[in-house]
Amino acid sequence: MSQDVFVLVEHLKGQLTDGTFELLGIGREVAPQAGGRLVALLLGRDVRGLAEQLGAADVVLYVEDERLGDSVPEAYRRVLAGLLQEQSPKLTLLPTSSLGMDLAGALSVELNLPMIAFCKQLAVQDGSIVATCELYGGRAVVEAEIPEGPGLALVLPGACPADKGRSEGAPAVEEVKPSVDLAEVRVRFKGLIEPPPGDVDITRQEILVSVGRGVQREENLPIVQELADALGAALSSSRPVVDQQWLPPTRQVGKSGMTVKPRLYLAVGISGAPEHVEGMRDSDLIVAINSDARAPIFNVAHYGAVADLFEVVPKLAEAVKNRGA
Amino acid sequence: MLDIVVPIKQVPDLVEELEIDPSGTALGLERTRFVVNELDDHALEQALLLKEKHQAQVSVIALDVGDVEETLFMALAKGVDQAIKISGDFGPAPDNHTTARVLKDVLGGLSHNLILTGVQAIDDLDGQLGILLSSYLDLPYVGLVSGVQIDEGGSKATVLKELPGGVKAELELPLPAVLGIQAAEQPPRYVPVSRVRQAMRTATIEERSAAAEGNGHIRVRRISKPQVGAGAELLEGSSEDIAEQIVGILADRGILR
Ligand SMILES: Cc1cc2nc3c(=O)[nH]c(=O)nc-3n(C[C@H](O)[C@H](O)[C@H](O)COP(=O)(O)OP(=O)(O)OC[C@H]3O[C@@H](n4cnc5c(N)ncnc54)[C@H](O)[C@@H]3O)c2cc1C
Ligand SMILES: Nc1ncnc2c1ncn2[C@@H]1O[C@H](COP(=O)(O)O)[C@@H](O)[C@H]1O
Repeated sequence: MSQDVFVLVEHLKGQLTDGTFELLGIGREVAPQAGGRLVALLLGRDVRGLAEQLGAADVVLYVEDERLGDSVPEAYRRVLAGLLQEQSPKLTLLPTSSLGMDLAGALSVELNLPMIAFCKQLAVQDGSIVATCELYGGRAVVEAEIPEGPGLALVLPGACPADKGRSEGAPAVEEVKPSVDLAEVRVRFKGLIEPPPGDVDITRQEILVSVGRGVQREENLPIVQELADALGAALSSSRPVVDQQWLPPTRQVGKSGMTVKPRLYLAVGISGAPEHVEGMRDSDLIVAINSDARAPIFNVAHYGAVADLFEVVPKLAEAVKNRGA
Repeated sequence: MLDIVVPIKQVPDLVEELEIDPSGTALGLERTRFVVNELDDHALEQALLLKEKHQAQVSVIALDVGDVEETLFMALAKGVDQAIKISGDFGPAPDNHTTARVLKDVLGGLSHNLILTGVQAIDDLDGQLGILLSSYLDLPYVGLVSGVQIDEGGSKATVLKELPGGVKAELELPLPAVLGIQAAEQPPRYVPVSRVRQAMRTATIEERSAAAEGNGHIRVRRISKPQVGAGAELLEGSSEDIAEQIVGILADRGILR
């Protein structure tokens, strides 16, 4: 085992994701603790050019292959398994994303590497990998350890500011040709389906009133819509509201929905699960209304009201209208 | 014949306060109320939709932890063909590597060509069950799936995998396979308590036992509750007071017109 820390580079449509820089930011802190190098793993169809942006790493290892161009995690997994086997890093960081979630568990079993998921913080202490994890939808913090390592970590979005992983450095860039046969990949890419054009583009709104499962049923939506109208805002939502088909998928904020940064994000009856927070945490002003004082949304909100939305929302709509009048 | 297996797991109901064991390294489980992992319920719904379309046989399987019988009877009431409870030496809170190995053992004696799991659960400290299971079984896996079609011959599946920003990838994979379900094609059906009670009287849960050595690769040092509301300034008072304060904050920031 080497003492190196490896980071999987994620890119979509030719752009590095914020998650990549977040992982590099963590890697920058952890690699010296481990006593090794920070190595970025860059896999894709035509990705050599992206290496320039990976200045935070000491080394970039890149693999180019036609079969790595599409969203087929199995192809990534086969290449990574080969690479990690050969290179044997102390710690490998993967993003909790559509790609990373389809890799970590498989690599853990295939390479017999312990893994920790939902990581918010990572460190190497006396040779052990120590992670602080956000479990139970953000309601418990678990400090877990892989004694000695090596190991894998699935890191939550927002675990580190992306800027910490942006750097001008000039890493050594090396091409690697792992000995795996991608013809054996069983999953086949057929195409990408873009979201249907929405009635409103929630990523462009200055004010969002966002509604969660706390609204209880579809018939209650007008209560929240009225507030949105009063504020000149659009209605967005958490995932369950979309899964229930009360609002179209274009209104969903979060991991599998949109990332929004409005001037005001007013969260109503939303608990603040990590997958939701990922899509709204950078809003200028976050105000939350939730009847449960323990709801994790109050950890990201600037202002909060522990209150029944059915009482406060109509009063707020009225107050906004009165002010306008 | 399409044989679908849905492994189901229970997790603490977050509506209740989580309790931490005096050891400080585990949850206190005595008074915990359990519910089915929300995404497993989506996996079950997807299985039932496929059953309706392809006359598939659907089995749910679960390790005997928490009060899993209730969940299994609920699945029977919803129309699954078989419910299996697995007992064994895995303790009250097995990790997912252990659970996956137990399931592998049981699946060895169970006909299956499609395994549907929820893509994750809120307690997946050591990774997601579906992908771990797929690797132990050496089956192809796709996670974050929100649409499943099976071809006529039952030899392959075409699935929609969610990518960021509402984009979906259409992927095809041969069966048998494991899928991590993010959302069923329609909201999970509701079954009234009376039907669950009826299932308890008329249906049976099969029992099997399985062996699994522990994992012990990762060690929990400490579990604590996050300091809640650390960042937020809380607004107090009546609903009118709260409304007025919010209006004031928005006005100060020039957000109100
Ligand atoms: C891979 C993956 C991707 C995901 N992607 C997303 C995503 O893009 N977006 C997303 O949002 N989620 C996503 N999720 C789901 C996420 O984990 C949560 O399940 C979801 O965000 C919960 O939504 P919620 O807060 O509306 O519901 P809940 O967690 O059920 O919260 C409802 C809240 O309403 C409050 N409430 C109830 N009644 C009232 C009342 N009368 N007044 C005030 N408050 C009340 C409750 O206290 C509670 O806090 C994803 C999950 C996975 C596994
Ligand atoms: N990290 C990734 N996660 C998911 N899909 C990816 C990833 N990287 C590349 N892709 C897919 O590959 C396509 C081409 O990526 P790119 O080579 O970055 O233009 C993208 O549009 C995605 O469909």
